[in-house]
Order: sequence, then C-alpha cells, then structure tokens
Amino acid sequence: MQAETLSGGFANPAVQSAHAFRSVMEAMARPGTLQDIAGAEPPAPLSKAAGSVLLTLCDTDTPVYLAGDADCDAVRAWLAFHTGAPLTGPSHCMFAVGTWEALNPLSVYPVGTSEYPDRSATLIVECEALTQSGATLSGPGIKTNAALSLPSVQAFQQNRALFPLGLDFILTSGSQLAALPRTTEVS
Amino acid sequence: MTDQDYNFAYLDEQTKRMIRRAILKGLAIPGYQVPFASREMPMPYGWGTGGVQVSAAVLTPEDTFKVIDQGADDTTNAVSIRSFFQRTAGVTTTTKTSDASVIQTRHRIPEEALTEDQILVYQVPIPEPLRFLEPRESETRKMHSLEEYGLMHVKLYEDISRHGHIATSYAYPVKVEGRYVMDPSPIPKFDNPKLGDMAAIQLFGAGREQRIYALPPYTQVVSLDFEDHPFEASKADHPCGLCGAEESYLDEVIVDDAGGRMFVCSDTDYCDARQAAGYKGKDAA
Repeated sequence: MQAETLSGGFANPAVQSAHAFRSVMEAMARPGTLQDIAGAEPPAPLSKAAGSVLLTLCDTDTPVYLAGDADCDAVRAWLAFHTGAPLTGPSHCMFAVGTWEALNPLSVYPVGTSEYPDRSATLIVECEALTQSGATLSGPGIKTNAALSLPSVQAFQQNRALFPLGLDFILTSGSQLAALPRTTEVS
Repeated sequence: MTDQDYNFAYLDEQTKRMIRRAILKGLAIPGYQVPFASREMPMPYGWGTGGVQVSAAVLTPEDTFKVIDQGADDTTNAVSIRSFFQRTAGVTTTTKTSDASVIQTRHRIPEEALTEDQILVYQVPIPEPLRFLEPRESETRKMHSLEEYGLMHVKLYEDISRHGHIATSYAYPVKVEGRYVMDPSPIPKFDNPKLGDMAAIQLFGAGREQRIYALPPYTQVVSLDFEDHPFEASKADHPCGLCGAEESYLDEVIVDDAGGRMFVCSDTDYCDARQAAGYKGKDAA
C-alpha cells in the first residue's frame, strides 16, 4: 500500500467537511458562482476540489463511478480507504467523477423516477478551468442571470428538459467548484 | 466550548453526509420532498428534530446561530435549541436577525429581509401539503409525480363556499417554479410572499416525517389562489402595542380576565430593535 493512499484525507473531518459542504451547497443553490473548497489532497488525476467533494458526500452508502483516467489504482485505493464507497458502473452510480469526455454519454446515468426524482446521479466534472463567462444561466438560485464556462450547452439543455428528472453537476477545477442543478436554463 | 463527549454539532459524520446529500437534491428539485433517514434526537419529535438535523448538517464553527419560535427568541423551544448547538457545535449565538448566518425557525420568517449570506432552516411538522386530503403516502407521491393538484384547489374552493373567502391562514400551500406544490410549514400566510425571490437559502426539515426540502435563493414561489379570490397576505388590523409597527405580523395577547388584550409583534428582535430606536406603541410602559 502506498503512502498517498493513506494521506490526503481530512485532518479534522467534522469541521473540514462542514466547510466543504457549505461550499458545495452554496454552489448548488447559486448556479454560476465559483466557490473555494479545500481539505483533501487526492492522488492524480483528481483535483483537490473533486477529492474534497467525494470525501464530503461519499461513504459506503454511495456507489461511485470513476470515469476515464480517474479510474486508476491510486484513486481506487484512496477512495476505498477514505470513504469506503463501492465502485460501480455509470448506470448504478450516485456519484460519478471524471472529465467531461470521460463521463459522456450522459444517457447512461440514472435520472431518477417520476415518484423519486432525487434518485439520480450527481456528476463531478473535472474541468481545465472555471470562469464566469461563456454560457448564460438562469433559473432558481440566480437573480437575473449568470455566466459559466461549460463544456457543452446542448447537453445541459437536454438535461433541463427532463425536469423534475435529470442529473445534477458539480464542476471542479483545482480548488474551485461550481454547480449546475437540473433546474438551470442554459443558453 | 464544544462538549467533547459529542461529535461536532452532535450528529455523527455518516448521518451528516446522508442529510447533506438530501439537502443538495432538495436544492436541485425545489419543492420536492426528499426522503431521509431521520435520527432520534435528544428531544421529542415535534420539537424541531427535522430543523435541528438540517442545522447540524449545515453549521460550521464560524457560524452565528439564531433560533426563533413563532418569531420569539425567548421561548422554550428556541432557547433549548440555541443552547444545544452552543454546547455541541460551539457556535456563537445571537438573537439579532442581521447578525445571524444560520437561523432556525419554527413557524415564522423574520420581518427583517434576509441577505445572501444567511440560511433559513424551517422546522416542519407535516411536510406533505396533500396529507390531510389524502392520507396514503403511495397516493400523494403519485399525485406529485403526475402534478395532480386539483384536490388542493377543491379544498381552497370549499373554504370559499363555506366562509366566503379562503380561510386557510397558515401552512398556506404554494407552488414552486410552476411544478411542485409545497407546504411552507405552518408560517402565517402573511409570510408567504417572502418565500419567493428570497436572497437567503431556505431549507425545510421534517424529523418525524423524514423529509427534507429546499428553496434555492430567488426561486419563484406562488401561493395558490383563484382569479376571483386572489391570495391575500393578512394580519391583525392593529399596530403593535409596544413598538407601534404597522407592517409586522402580530400576536394577540390576553392581558387580564376582563377581555383586555393587546397586539404585539411576533418577531421579538424586530420589536426590540424598534423600541430601542425610540418607537413607542400605545401599550408601551
């Protein structure tokens, strides 16, 4: 077992996960805003932000799908040690993490059922950079409109059309994150 | 000081993760009630266990925490929940609305407009707005999924046919973003207009009923009504006896055995602040 497997978790889990969760919640409640998140030092290729989100939200109850390069021994071992989350394929995951290209196609993830729309996957999308420019966002959580650099416009429009079903997205880059719930209109 | 016998904010980390996941799904589907595995809390169901669990999942040590019970900071429920988190989370507490970063509330929205830096946590007894019309969970779930809310309009219509107006005065049903009908918890309908387009995040926790739901900021929330019987946010037609406020929601207080009564602001912080600023009502000492 490698040293990096055991390190890089929260040193003070209760307090660090509380701060990390507030960043995730603010991002999900206010699409288009960029939030700082810290605490985790995951092995490559995971960003600190993606690692912190995983430590904050995942445990033995949440099947996780590692997409593309994220599905490597280092990440598998790190996630297993720190969260105990079972690994699974995209069709049964609650959380998925990877680059946009690796996560696609989106049609394979659970979008919830009409009676339980909450039983849908949350995708953690690793991005090169996050900026408040590009696609225009509107909807709940946004006063008038906001802008966010998104890997696609059409995919999010199709996701919005499924409402109240659909996927929710957390976009991560370095130690920053933004979120795009299914309610957000993208143009 | 945090009580070292407990984890930060009382709940264990796995429980908090479960609640946090429910909160995120709640924010992503505004008005939809997300089931969660509510825990036993060191207080009876019906005393705000849902709100307490949501607060525990949301609080950080740097937060300033306020609790109100029907607008008041000094009632049993508010005092005990405030001291609970003071002890288990070590947070600063306050009674001042503008100083608080997290406000847990039972049945009121503060008079003072909330900001983007604040979170409002509601204690909810019955989260299902259709429950008294249809007792079966399997049926109400289907009604939500099919957007079948005719029954709710029938209930409001029966109010009109019986009383000549919509007599529902609290827990007045709202429609969120044109999709889910939601119970705003038993806040007076006076507070309903504040639900929509609020700058703060609103989280609703029902402990006994094991549901969490949420309203992101700036969400469209419409109180159900009819074209010829539009929704009206009503309050007692008096000024506050202590601070003279004309615009605040009032409690009626019986003051003697001879039918004497006075009307005072239900929001004690709002009333205190006005009195401190020199406003005086007719009953002020």
